[in-house]
Amino acid sequence: MMPKNPIIQIEHLSKSFGDKQVLDDINLYVRKGEFITLLGPSGCGKTTLLRMLGGFTAPDSGRILLEGKDISDVPPYRRPLNTVFQRYALFPHLDVYDNVAFGLKLQKVPEEEIEKRVKKVLKLVSMSDYEDRDVNSLSGGQQQRVAIARALINQPRVLLLDEPLAALDLKMRKDMQIELKEMHKKLGITFIYVTHDQEEALTLSDTIVVMNEGKIQQIGTPIDIYNEPVNAFVADFIGDSNILNGKMFRDRRVAFIKHEFDCVDEGFGENVSVDVVVRPEDIYFTDDPAKCQFTAKVNSCTFKGVHYEMWVDTDTGYELMIQDYDPYPVGSEVMLYIDPDDIQVMKKERRFNSFPARVTGEGRVTFLDTEFECDTEGFSVGDEPVATVRFEKVDLLDHEEEADLTGNVVAILYKGDHYHLTVKTETGENIWVDTNDIWDKGDFVGIRILPKDIKLIKAESGNE
Amino acid sequence: MNKRTGWALPYFIFLVLFVVLPLLLIVVYALQDGSGHFTLANLGKFFTDRDSLSTFALSIEVAIENTVLCILIGYPAAYILADKNLNRSAVTVVLFILPMWINALMRTLATAELFTMAGIQLGKGTLLFGMCYDYLPFMIYPIYNQLNKMDKSYAEAAQDLGATPREVFRKVTLPLSMPGVWSGVMMVFMPTVSTFAISEFLTNNKIKLFGTIIQENINNSMWNYGAALSLVMLIIIAITTMLQKEEPDES
Repeated sequence: MMPKNPIIQIEHLSKSFGDKQVLDDINLYVRKGEFITLLGPSGCGKTTLLRMLGGFTAPDSGRILLEGKDISDVPPYRRPLNTVFQRYALFPHLDVYDNVAFGLKLQKVPEEEIEKRVKKVLKLVSMSDYEDRDVNSLSGGQQQRVAIARALINQPRVLLLDEPLAALDLKMRKDMQIELKEMHKKLGITFIYVTHDQEEALTLSDTIVVMNEGKIQQIGTPIDIYNEPVNAFVADFIGDSNILNGKMFRDRRVAFIKHEFDCVDEGFGENVSVDVVVRPEDIYFTDDPAKCQFTAKVNSCTFKGVHYEMWVDTDTGYELMIQDYDPYPVGSEVMLYIDPDDIQVMKKERRFNSFPARVTGEGRVTFLDTEFECDTEGFSVGDEPVATVRFEKVDLLDHEEEADLTGNVVAILYKGDHYHLTVKTETGENIWVDTNDIWDKGDFVGIRILPKDIKLIKAESGNE
Repeated sequence: MNKRTGWALPYFIFLVLFVVLPLLLIVVYALQDGSGHFTLANLGKFFTDRDSLSTFALSIEVAIENTVLCILIGYPAAYILADKNLNRSAVTVVLFILPMWINALMRTLATAELFTMAGIQLGKGTLLFGMCYDYLPFMIYPIYNQLNKMDKSYAEAAQDLGATPREVFRKVTLPLSMPGVWSGVMMVFMPTVSTFAISEFLTNNKIKLFGTIIQENINNSMWNYGAALSLVMLIIIAITTMLQKEEPDES
């Protein structure tokens, strides 16, 4: 897999701010000339990783190699990398020319050469007539171009771009995307791009690195990432998708929404719980009863410009999103089928909550910094078993009374007939909850777990 | 006049009574002789009187020295206070601002007393010490403020483009903090020109500043000459303020 001469190698990079782990053992290589995008929701560690490449944040452990040489201890001003900052960071006391010439003046390049190169790079970003302009008088898009010119004039080995288009409006963003892509092709410089916009990542990148909670979730081409997401997070983050609980009966045979389907996935074992992803454009309507795999009733139909987006209720009580060029009237019964190729089966990351626990007394156990009552038979005081709680057994309350602990909803995944929530407790740990109630991201919730729903198991077998 | 502009009326009256009227009175008194006739003699007296002129020159000199001293001490102090790596607590900032909570006269008297106790001869040195001590917070605070609100990404961008920490300071941090330095200069230079209490207490009236002679004239009921001197000072203040306005306003 590893190319012969990667321009950048990142090895076992970790970083914590306080007790929050921002980057957790990141390993990555970047090919020379590649357009690679670090993609993830805010707080996933992508910007921290970029800042480490630039030299503005020091890693706690691990190292960064540039063309085989360890640059972990090299200060930013000696790294042959340049950054386009999120809010451009153009020097307000200098005009466009002096901003762009800043790097060359530091290197004591002769004045005539500076002038030649500034003119050339301003032409590249289509800002030729703006040399004498005050940077504050420029529009967001123009400032962006100057920022790119300023970074490119030093002829960096790698250009780092930190959400460079985030502050632009949609139309301008689309135009700049095309220009960036062309610039990349023309210059042949390696681009490392950070964004939270999945569409931007799919449009621009040769390679996408999907990150969440300080870990790399998946590395691949845009097509790989879209068609074969490795887990529910990636499937949900990239594009629209139906993410459902399923069961792999045997190789090439999977059940979900209480129907059985042929698929192309193998090697999961028999009768294993899995996550299944079906893209909304991969569920087809048919008039042929022989082709029909299940029926559904159209619940809503919205025109989205190119396609119609429909929500249907299946005969087995699941809600699915379908995108099709033809609309079907609301209330109509439709026959549907899915190609085996279009069913993406993923290993479940977890099947229940499990927390390291400590038995503190007869019928008492502590985990998540909270004391719970539960059956401690077979364990004695001081034992450290694993406490397990099924997702659907965690109650969420909208008040603190009666709650064992509190937290915030940080992620919501709709699974066709219920919501799968990630709740972050005050101490920063995650509890996963299956619920039919509707919560919003960011909601403050009380968490209650009943004694009968806590099962203790020996720590050695804790992973199962 | 709509309802809202009516709310400004009390402030308007206040401004007229306590700002505009006194200023007009200064101009009127400065241009009158003791019996109320129009004259330019008061101003002429200032420009021909060697004592007044030398006092004036000394005041400007002391004010410049004090301002430079405040910048030299205040800028590094403000820089350290604003640097998150060097100063992690807001308490240190308060400690620097704390002296401003105590009346300046009280501090000056106490300083004079300390010099006497230590047997140090009162003179220009003690005067500059006292002025610097009194006005330093007025220099530190605006610079600190400017540095503190400065976007860190400017310094990072400069480093990214190859600037060593020294070059980052010279080419980015310092020029971008100049508006803070200018407000500091305004807040230190002007009051020092017109101060009289500090020179009285800390030099035992050995050194007379411009403020001192204004005060002496007014105390001795020479209202017209006092007003003329005040007018000269107001013009100086106006000129310096206008000079500052021409600086690019980043704040």
